[in-house]
Amino acid sequence: MSALRSPKGGRIDRARPLQFTFDGKAYVGFVGDTLASALLANGVHLMGRSFKYHRPRGLLGAGSEEPNALVTVIRDTARRTPNLRATQIELYEGLVAQSQNRWPSLQFDMGAIANWLSPLLPAGFYNKTFMWPRAAWHALYEPNIRAAAGLGTAPSLPDPDHYAQRFAHCDVLVIGSGPAGLAAAKTAAASGARVILCEEQSEFGGSLLDDRNATVNGQAASAWITDTLAVLGKNPRVRLLTRTTAFGYFPHNLIGLAERVTDHLAELPDGKPRERLWQVRAREVVIAAGAIERPLVFPGNDRPGVMLASAARTYANRYGVAVGRRAVLVTGCDAAYEAALDLVAVGAHIELIVDVRPKGYTPGPAEKAARAAGLKIQEQSTVLGTEGTLRVSRIKIAAIDSNGVIGASRSHACDVVLMSGGYTPSVHLHSQSRGKLVFDDALGAFIPGKTAEHSHSTGAAHGVQGLTALLRDGATAGAGAATAAGHVATPIMHTGVALDGNMAGVPGVLPQATSLPPTKAFIDFQNDVTTRDLALAQREGFESVEHIKRYTTTGMATDQGKTSNLNALAFIAGQSNRRIPDVGVTTFRMPYTPTTFGIFAGHARGDLFDPVRKTPSHDWALARGGVFEDVGMWKRTRYFPQAGEDMRAAMDRECLAVRNQVGMFDASTLGKIEVVGKDAAEFLNRFYINNWSTLGVGRSRYGILLRDDGFVYDDGVVARLAEDRFHVTTTTGGAARVFAMMEDYLQTEWTELSVWITSTTEQWAVVAVQGPRSRDVLKSLVSDMDLSPEAMPHMSVAHGHIAGAPMMLFRVSFSGELGFEVNVPARHGTAVWEAIYHAGQAFGITPYGTEAMHVLRAEKGYIIVGQDTDGTMTPDDAAVAWAIGKAKPDYVGKRALERPAMKRLDRKQLVGLLTVDPQTILEEGAQIIASAGQTVPMTMIGHVTSSYYSASLKRSIALGVIAGGRGLVGQTIYVPMPGRDIAVIVSSPVFYDPKGERING
Amino acid sequence: MLVIHCPYCGDRPELEFSHGGQAHVIRPKDPSQATDAQWAEFLYLRKNTRGLFAERWRHVRGCGRFFNAIRDTTTDQFVVTYRAGEQPPASVVGGAL
Amino acid sequence: MQKFSAWSLLKEAFGGHQGWKTQWRRAEPKAEYDAVIIGGGGHGLGTAYYLAAEHGLTNIAVIEKGWIGGGNTGRNTTIIRSNYLFNESAHLYDHSLKMWKDLSQVLNYNTMFSPRGVMMLAHTVHDTQVIKRHVHANRGNGVDNEWLSPEEAKAFCPILNIEKNIRYPVLGAALQRRGGVARHDTVAWGYARAADALGVDIIENCEVTGMIKNAHGAIEGIETSRGVIRAKKVGVVAAGNTSVVMGYAGIQLPLESYPLQALVSEPVKPLMPCVVMSNTIHAYMSQSDKGELVIGAGTDAYNSYTQRGALHISSHTLESICELFPMVRRLKMLRNWGGIVDTTPDRSPIIAKTPVKGLYVNCGWGTGGFKATPGSAHVFAHTIAHDEPHPINAPFTVERFEEGNLIDEAAAAAVAH
Repeated sequence: MSALRSPKGGRIDRARPLQFTFDGKAYVGFVGDTLASALLANGVHLMGRSFKYHRPRGLLGAGSEEPNALVTVIRDTARRTPNLRATQIELYEGLVAQSQNRWPSLQFDMGAIANWLSPLLPAGFYNKTFMWPRAAWHALYEPNIRAAAGLGTAPSLPDPDHYAQRFAHCDVLVIGSGPAGLAAAKTAAASGARVILCEEQSEFGGSLLDDRNATVNGQAASAWITDTLAVLGKNPRVRLLTRTTAFGYFPHNLIGLAERVTDHLAELPDGKPRERLWQVRAREVVIAAGAIERPLVFPGNDRPGVMLASAARTYANRYGVAVGRRAVLVTGCDAAYEAALDLVAVGAHIELIVDVRPKGYTPGPAEKAARAAGLKIQEQSTVLGTEGTLRVSRIKIAAIDSNGVIGASRSHACDVVLMSGGYTPSVHLHSQSRGKLVFDDALGAFIPGKTAEHSHSTGAAHGVQGLTALLRDGATAGAGAATAAGHVATPIMHTGVALDGNMAGVPGVLPQATSLPPTKAFIDFQNDVTTRDLALAQREGFESVEHIKRYTTTGMATDQGKTSNLNALAFIAGQSNRRIPDVGVTTFRMPYTPTTFGIFAGHARGDLFDPVRKTPSHDWALARGGVFEDVGMWKRTRYFPQAGEDMRAAMDRECLAVRNQVGMFDASTLGKIEVVGKDAAEFLNRFYINNWSTLGVGRSRYGILLRDDGFVYDDGVVARLAEDRFHVTTTTGGAARVFAMMEDYLQTEWTELSVWITSTTEQWAVVAVQGPRSRDVLKSLVSDMDLSPEAMPHMSVAHGHIAGAPMMLFRVSFSGELGFEVNVPARHGTAVWEAIYHAGQAFGITPYGTEAMHVLRAEKGYIIVGQDTDGTMTPDDAAVAWAIGKAKPDYVGKRALERPAMKRLDRKQLVGLLTVDPQTILEEGAQIIASAGQTVPMTMIGHVTSSYYSASLKRSIALGVIAGGRGLVGQTIYVPMPGRDIAVIVSSPVFYDPKGERING
Repeated sequence: MLVIHCPYCGDRPELEFSHGGQAHVIRPKDPSQATDAQWAEFLYLRKNTRGLFAERWRHVRGCGRFFNAIRDTTTDQFVVTYRAGEQPPASVVGGAL
Repeated sequence: MQKFSAWSLLKEAFGGHQGWKTQWRRAEPKAEYDAVIIGGGGHGLGTAYYLAAEHGLTNIAVIEKGWIGGGNTGRNTTIIRSNYLFNESAHLYDHSLKMWKDLSQVLNYNTMFSPRGVMMLAHTVHDTQVIKRHVHANRGNGVDNEWLSPEEAKAFCPILNIEKNIRYPVLGAALQRRGGVARHDTVAWGYARAADALGVDIIENCEVTGMIKNAHGAIEGIETSRGVIRAKKVGVVAAGNTSVVMGYAGIQLPLESYPLQALVSEPVKPLMPCVVMSNTIHAYMSQSDKGELVIGAGTDAYNSYTQRGALHISSHTLESICELFPMVRRLKMLRNWGGIVDTTPDRSPIIAKTPVKGLYVNCGWGTGGFKATPGSAHVFAHTIAHDEPHPINAPFTVERFEEGNLIDEAAAAAVAH
């Protein structure tokens, strides 16, 4: 065992060693270790390089606040996770970790040249230069800056792991499981409240795990934790979550939790998600997130081996690791003295304790204990610098006299420097919830003020200290939360005994002999922001803390300023002679710690990304090689290629079949709404532009819907099934929004109307049977209806049966041929589709897809709303003004059509377009100009909306919209394409059977 | 994700609702009598209040009903919800209407 | 103005950077100015700069209630492009794009404009039609925009997933090579510094609380948290808070303010060489110079001034991003934030005179204002200086809603059928 590892104590299992590698070198740790503690036990402090200057860095902390020790963990090529904090990576057998942002090696990094050039790279340097020559920014400077920036490398392969999501409700969510959190959970659970307790770390206990000597109610703290968890674990109304970070506090007490499920396991279990997102709706939230120690800011405070005192405690007490053999503690906080005592306990030598506070303060309990233990303490002093290349080797200390004059520097050999500027309560979640912050002068930090949601901050996160006080504050918060959630709760009080060092601190920047020390003193470690950068920002007039943050990037690294924000504020305040609360704080935003994209995306990948809506013929079409397109959530068959056919060949064949024999098409995706009630006709009169009063029962009509701004919104066939009952169809994409719009008008504008609407899109399967033989096909399947032209004229509807299924049959055509639309209950859809296909064989029936459907309707000049119209066209623009019920006093959109712009003669109007060369097919979306040979900017008078090759007409056809287009019929216009202008003659939009005779078969 | 109190169904998550814009915008009874300016006001002019705002929601994945709410647009906290066609309690009207 | 250059940086380095001057003065409000701009974002500061630089109006002030650039200027995802469909929009945004190209040199402030190319994906036949319509219309207007096959799109952005088996496969893309990104804060700071050098007063922490009109109803000045400031011309460029400010002048505008969220990942080494946008599955992504993936989508569902959005909205954005770029699933969200975007009914801005003489408004940029910053500021300055719109912003009136002359880019992309 390593000499740095204590023979006993801590929460590791010395009987279970684990092999792992870091940068290819093999090491051994134990079950219970983190990567950080295991490396420290092997004497490794150098774990990373900083972002900007590539300075060598070791651990600063022991938890999620760690800014320096970011590594990549590699399970395989796809399972490569960059930017993980070594302090949070639980060791497993075979773990492979790599350092980042260095080349060629962590020990020797070429990028560190930036450190030598740093005089040229102050905050905002990139705003001031790289502007000459003009083109060089994008071509030269930026690529080099980008290559130097970034931390780890993203994986190159898709992530094979999966991520889960769960919703949960509870009365009380307790965030954090230190003394206050556990006490809160225990009290809340005892009241009968539903409780969720979440803990960021791998086990419950929080700061209690870092304390060797603490007792609760006379019991060792670890035993009390075990007992408390046993009680909570037995309570069926309590859920316990470890490795779970509360990352976001959202409105109305919704809390986002990120649970890491498998990252700590050597073998990935089948079926388990890698991580899980919990969205917890809590009646009350107890925030017991603890406090984070602050570094001190002095020259060379970033050298590997210089770390937080609390981290040294954690490594000693929890992992049995001495972070060094010869330590110097520099502190402005009483509690840090405990670290010195803990280090002694794991065999380290305390070279010196340097207290940076001005004399006159009242020594706290930890300092007294350290004095009692005979540790050497130098008072009222400062740190002038450190030495060492890849690890600290010496520290320079100087006393400060009563006039504030800094005395002679004295150097001390050491292999680790512990520092503490006091503790900052973790107010992140409270602030995210929009709770206010107040500055606690005694503590020297912000604590939670007025809450905005149903939350209760407690414990160290609330600025409370002392073990008994923490336990009591937690129990009180737990009782308050449970009571507010409707339970009768009494705080369960405990008495804790611990050294209870005082956590109050000092402003972090230590006094220096010159205002500009030769060595950098870091505020934000990861982003390499120094006191000089902050001073420069202020010198350049950046006054707002938000400006300083953005100009210097302080607090914007992956630790989001957990250890640096207050030091930055204190420095700014000191420079500008303001109090810290007057400088202000930057807004805390989610997430608390970086949170994996995967948990937000959850299972939404591949087919689960969005539900797939399938038509009754879907599987049939799939089996026959049908090619599909996405229309909204629907999969629609685009065409049915036969052997050797491309799309064009299949379309041509399908179109000709409809024109010459018969085709069948799955129209089930059309939206369907049943409109029922004594005022149904009146409602439709007000809603659609058409007149519905004159529509007889058993008849149908083509309807156009506008919005109240006068623009075409939807269209479809509306059939009157009874005096008080209409079957309305909509476009595929418009079904939901037309239904919502109907509800809106019915519920909020025309409440006097007696009308009910029901969406029936999914109830009906629809097979369009179109072509001269369509009646023949249906006759062979329908015995209880008269399908003759007299009994079933165009635009009629009747009921009967087909292939044993009840049927609503429409005589309707979207192809210009004799046609029917067979509506059957959806459960019969597949059977009826197949029955029609089989019966149709005798007549040459051909299934066709949306492409052929588009060609057939375009040949007839029938528009597709959303393709031939966009949201800017009126009925007149779209050549459907004939549908307007002119005598109606009002309908949705009528008033808007009276606005001046809607009546202009140069509005874009729908026309037909015939290329002079009949084989040239225009591109949809191509623009239209009046004369050839225009230079940029052209005067574009319209565009092509639909364009196809018509096999029936043996030439290309197109629809388009042109300003004043109906007046241009017969004239030549041009479609400018790269390198040529295509001559086109404006025509009527009806290309095929202009007299409309074929519709009668 | 907000919790919204549907006056018909009770507290439900925002995912069940669709927002319907400003409440109490009344479509002129006889649009033909409205001037272009009045019609534009009906179509487009909304209060966009910073503070208490009367708005419509529809419990689209629930009972399907429209209802009204007063919400503080600076905090997204609801003050009250009430049925379509009703006026909000006088005590909370303030600048919301 | 102290010149910024590699040479000045080197020179200052020897002096420990002690010689750098304040980038803009901390001005105290004067009793009266020739013109006052309300709103210290990029558009407002730019307006002041062009008023001073091109129209000789130097006795002017920019009034900002917080800190400059703290609104949408500092909260957006910095996408810059001009491939809009309609002539009016294309002219406005291309005017801006051309100005971006030289902005660093004009302001002597590196705005880090990076024309990395902006690619918009088509996932359906309808998308393809709409995007090709844009490509053709842009060509006619001299705005570069080209259609790429899925394979060409992947060649341009190698991490793009063009597999056919995803839910909405990529069918192609439009690429504007001149489009790209810039560094948002520098735009505010660069304009502030340049305007300050021309004598413009930039007044932060000064909230407008009222407007003063004379007997004829013309603007006379404004009331602020720091006293009355008189001015015969007042330009309002207050983004999400425009309705509140214009309300002081008794003017209601067709605006609604919505939350717009954005987020960034932790920094990673270069991964994403361009900007990719998908309107169909609602997401866009680029990578900043620092290495963070910068991700955004559409607005949240209800109007709000909270500057934050809902978890399910950003989750949906990340669903789309992980589908398009499946190797980013293991990366981590570092920071998420919200802005307040003011949207008009046709999603195009209003840059115009108002019924109140001397009061001008520039608003309604919705989700797309950053890209327009220089052009918007330039034509707005013209409008204020001449009491007459520049030809480029002439169509962007308030009256268009009454007349029905909408400039509706969103409606032109309507999804139906």
